[in-house]
Amino acid sequence: MKQLRLLFLLCGLFALAAVPQPLAAEEADARDRVVLSISQPTVRIASNFTGAELVLFGVAEREEGLDLDPDVVITVRGPNASYVTWRKARFLGLWVNTDSRTFVEAPSFLSVQASSPPEEMAGLQTLRWEQIGLIRNMLLQRVGPDYADVVPTDPFRAAFLRIQESEHFYQENPNGVRFIAPGVFRAEVNIPGRAPLGHYEVTVKLLRNGQVTAQTIGGFDVQRGGFEEEIATMAQNHGVIYGVVVAIGSLLVGFVGSIVFRKE
Amino acid sequence: MTIYLPIAELPVAIFSIFAMGLAVGFISGMFGVGGGFLMTPLLIFTGIPPTVAVASVSPYMAASSFSGAMSYLRKGLVDLPLAGMLLAGGGVGTICGVALFTWLSSIGQVDLMIRISYTLLLGGIGIMMLMESVRAIIRSRTGGKANIRRPGTHSWVMRLPLKMRFRKARIYVSTIPVVGLGFIIGVLGAVLGVGGGFILVPALIYLLRVPTTTSVGTSSVLTVATMVAATILHASTNGTVDAVLAFVLMIGGTMGAQFGARTGQTLRPDYLRLLLALLVLSVGLRVAFDLVREPSDRFVVTIMERAK
Repeated sequence: MKQLRLLFLLCGLFALAAVPQPLAAEEADARDRVVLSISQPTVRIASNFTGAELVLFGVAEREEGLDLDPDVVITVRGPNASYVTWRKARFLGLWVNTDSRTFVEAPSFLSVQASSPPEEMAGLQTLRWEQIGLIRNMLLQRVGPDYADVVPTDPFRAAFLRIQESEHFYQENPNGVRFIAPGVFRAEVNIPGRAPLGHYEVTVKLLRNGQVTAQTIGGFDVQRGGFEEEIATMAQNHGVIYGVVVAIGSLLVGFVGSIVFRKE
Repeated sequence: MTIYLPIAELPVAIFSIFAMGLAVGFISGMFGVGGGFLMTPLLIFTGIPPTVAVASVSPYMAASSFSGAMSYLRKGLVDLPLAGMLLAGGGVGTICGVALFTWLSSIGQVDLMIRISYTLLLGGIGIMMLMESVRAIIRSRTGGKANIRRPGTHSWVMRLPLKMRFRKARIYVSTIPVVGLGFIIGVLGAVLGVGGGFILVPALIYLLRVPTTTSVGTSSVLTVATMVAATILHASTNGTVDAVLAFVLMIGGTMGAQFGARTGQTLRPDYLRLLLALLVLSVGLRVAFDLVREPSDRFVVTIMERAK
């Protein structure tokens, strides 16, 4: 598969010399086209924020002769962060962190919505190459001086996915994408209250006969609301002033508290 | 009703945080302790990141100690030179504690060390207080004569060089144990997020033989000073002080502290000490239980570097 793609790329390079075109690999079998629309470009976290639901709409245009709706996979990836997964073991009767793996630049949020279980869409190799399905997303580990992903059955990798899923940071719904009309699909993504801030990337892939036939990328931002943002920027850029203000405020609260209650 | 914490970056139920402030404030007002040893584990249990919890408890403690400190100052029950000496040791201790904390988290054992330290500290102090208060109660029941046998007379501690006279505390001792005591409190404060009042007050009474009221007064002034410093330090170096969280806690805490102080005055001091001993001991046991019980999940995920 990889070699095939490389071949396509080489052909593409020759083609590029003549006409500037998008990637030749996509053009070769592009008989579908996809357009994505996200219900809101920015999720704003105000003081009453407990989570949000984003609606993603898509239109899959197809060439004549193709009458079935394609398979759709939508992957939402939050900003990258680095994580350490620890394994505890009994040591002198106490449960102690003994072993660890570091996941470098892993998505802090990962939601996979599909129109059917990804395993039924394509062969394993294609799924892995295209990173379709939660467990097939690339998760780089630091192994000594190198970086590599490991087999999906690796206990640290499995534990990482499981814990992230239980916190609702990682989600997978094999029936999350529904066609509401021929060629028009809809999916919902739950942004949990503790969602990390930053830019979220949305990748939509259409598959037909086990091959990706079209894809598009969109995105949205998760940001703090006005008041929350002001506090956070203050804390970040003017730490000393912020600390002094909080300290003076706390002394004031203590002072007012003692006066209010003394009069009673 | 929930409120979003801008620094912790998560929503919390505002009334549960307020209730926590109220409850811990009640206890700290009743027993004259800062309450950090209860508040920090409670916040971490709620899901607030430990770094934010430790940092945001500091302004809360400053607020709740301030009103007490003022009234002790008015009554002349604070030995300022003694507080200054303790503070000098405390400053060095805080710096060492922060370095220790950084080193422990780099090898992934900070969680374990916090739990073991809590168990040993709370267990040890809890048992000591329990024995002392039970003995006091038995003594008053049987009508026996108060035979004050202060443990830890340690004449060698007093005889160390660099002696200094603390007039209000009515002691003439070497400054080495005083600064050393401050150092230990500083290290504990930085690593465990506790004010150290529940260690400092007994140490001043039993070890340095400072009168009880002066011990409590001096300790509360020290708590205000260290917690104000800790707030500014945490805010300027790590940016982990959550102002919204701290103020909700504080408002509950100052209210609770007033009610607690009134309830505390109606109780007999030896029963009060017995209650505090049981409380300290049960928190210690709870932490110890988590340490030896098989965890439901053997794996833990921690964020090394937050999303940018």
